[in-house]
Amino acid sequence: MKKIAIVGYAQNKILASAGALNEVELIMPVVHKIFNNLGISQKEIDFTCSGSCDYLQGAAFAFVEGLSAIQTNPPIKESHVEMDAAWALYESMLKIQMGDADTALIYGFGKSSPGDLDSIISLQMDPYYISPLWPDRISLAALQAQVLLNNNIINKDEIMHAVIESRNNGLNNLNALIQTSITEDEYQKDLVLSSPLRALDCPPISDGASAMIIASEDKAFNFSSNPIWIKGIDHRIETSNLGARNLSSSPSIKSAMKSLDIENTAFDIAEIHTQFSHEYPFLRKLLNLENVPINLSGGPLVGNVMMAAGLDAIGKVYEQLSTNSYKRGLAHATSGPCLQHNMLVSLEKNS
Amino acid sequence: MTKQETLKLQAPFELSYDYKRSSGPIMSKFFEALSKKKILGTKNASGKVFVPAAEFDPNTNEALTEFVEVESTGIIESWSWVANPKPHHLIQSAFAFVLIKFNGADTSMLHMVSECAESDLAKGVKVKPVWSSDPKEMILDIKYFVLEK
Amino acid sequence: MNQEDKEKDYFESPIHLEYQYTAGAATTRFLNKVKEGKLVGQECPKCKAVYVPPRGSCPRDGIATNREVELVDQGCIESFTIVHIPIPGNPIVPPYVCAMIRLDGANISFLHLVDGIKLTDIRIGMRVKAVWKPKSEWRHSLENIKWFIPTDEPDVDVTKLRFKPE
Repeated sequence: MKKIAIVGYAQNKILASAGALNEVELIMPVVHKIFNNLGISQKEIDFTCSGSCDYLQGAAFAFVEGLSAIQTNPPIKESHVEMDAAWALYESMLKIQMGDADTALIYGFGKSSPGDLDSIISLQMDPYYISPLWPDRISLAALQAQVLLNNNIINKDEIMHAVIESRNNGLNNLNALIQTSITEDEYQKDLVLSSPLRALDCPPISDGASAMIIASEDKAFNFSSNPIWIKGIDHRIETSNLGARNLSSSPSIKSAMKSLDIENTAFDIAEIHTQFSHEYPFLRKLLNLENVPINLSGGPLVGNVMMAAGLDAIGKVYEQLSTNSYKRGLAHATSGPCLQHNMLVSLEKNS
Repeated sequence: MTKQETLKLQAPFELSYDYKRSSGPIMSKFFEALSKKKILGTKNASGKVFVPAAEFDPNTNEALTEFVEVESTGIIESWSWVANPKPHHLIQSAFAFVLIKFNGADTSMLHMVSECAESDLAKGVKVKPVWSSDPKEMILDIKYFVLEK
Repeated sequence: MNQEDKEKDYFESPIHLEYQYTAGAATTRFLNKVKEGKLVGQECPKCKAVYVPPRGSCPRDGIATNREVELVDQGCIESFTIVHIPIPGNPIVPPYVCAMIRLDGANISFLHLVDGIKLTDIRIGMRVKAVWKPKSEWRHSLENIKWFIPTDEPDVDVTKLRFKPE
């Protein structure tokens, strides 16, 4: 296996509505930013892979339009995932492992403001048994929250503190959409949307874009004197048969942890793609991160760009390892209802 | 740049597709039975019953072809109370999304519970279906569930 | 198993989503001019290619196109097709001509209708000009142009239109 490192990451400031920008105008600044940071251009990139969801824009093949943001002349090797860009990172790593590329640009973008995210997410469900019921993303998450509460795996206090902590951490994140803290009192008075989840337990509708560059060991030092190595990456999915899943645990996360052999790894830092507050104490315990600083960026509750937020978790760990004394970090990305699909990425400074 | 040029242009647009779904040999049996007010599950080799009828067991990967009928009543496994339904919800007064385990089944089915109060809901509460008067061999042949008094 | 589809093997599962589509900065600038009856492309600051309609970027160089270039409402047919198939929801009655119109001074073409000609006479390289709807009907849409019609000018060799960066 080749060693692969993250050598750069950039993120636009997350907006509630980037209405004045089209997808090209959303992507181009962040791609330019990462190129300028590294002093390179598209010509140094062997493979480009993006993550987005056409349903967010309501236009088939909208991701192709997004490609106009990057230099495609001479023609480039390119691919796309209709998923979070964390999975575009995964595809890019495979491409490098196969020997087809040494460097890759990954970008994710999402503009949730023009549509109704709740009904759009209903459509990612099983179209026979589930989608015709139009379950919204919040109600589906709430079903798992209820199971976790009933089984005493988490409690309401932990959920509240996940929100408060996330808001406090977000104050230090210049790109966060929400940059206000909240009190316990404000939380308790907040409107319950789908019980037990309050509006504050849910991520804000967010628009934005992020980009990352990875490179094989041969090329990594051309881009950065301080590459952050991807020690392990694994993603697992659970059945789309929601009612057959055990929502009180996460077999997919457990499998991924086992495969990466990180069950007993002491991480210094972690960013987890917990879009709903109850997922935070749940995954903190499951991932053995109880004494580890998690989501110092504030995480998805202060800004959750669909199809980029998973890549952002990885990017934020990269940033922390690059700029702080932390040595080892864990990033988590998810997709699907009730943490159906989980990716774990273990990152390390130096080799 | 004038002020008018910097104003964002926006326009409402609607996206509609009239999908027709072919439900295949297993699910079509479930839906056919549902239209006749019967609930079918599929059973794996060790006797675990999947309701709604599943085509395969996600744990063992075995194809499931043996059908069993279960009761049309069941219990709530989890619920989420929607106090203020959004326009796309099918019930426009307060209701709950629920995971229901039919009596005789080992897995749950997502559906809705209506005509009750939030405080009525708990794990284990018994529910029964309200059937559509115009069955179409689809999941909405059950309009929603109500508490079994 | 009988593989033949029967009516009852299907259920109807319509979906309906509502959006507030936003045009973005480049398209907004373009459509604001279209509403005034003008076709304004955008030029790449590096390779000088002119894009109409503009998306805000030059994919050749991967940079923003921020200079506006007003174009005339005439050009030539770069390619065309005669549509014989009725498309559900499309009010235009076939047969009709869809053509890629390359405006003079632009480096890309866009799709529009061509009318005012026998279908058998239409050809690549033919010079055309826009026929605008009455001013009172102008909106933020390229539909302000009803269609393009041929002019009397001699045909153009479209292979000579290929873009050569400076």
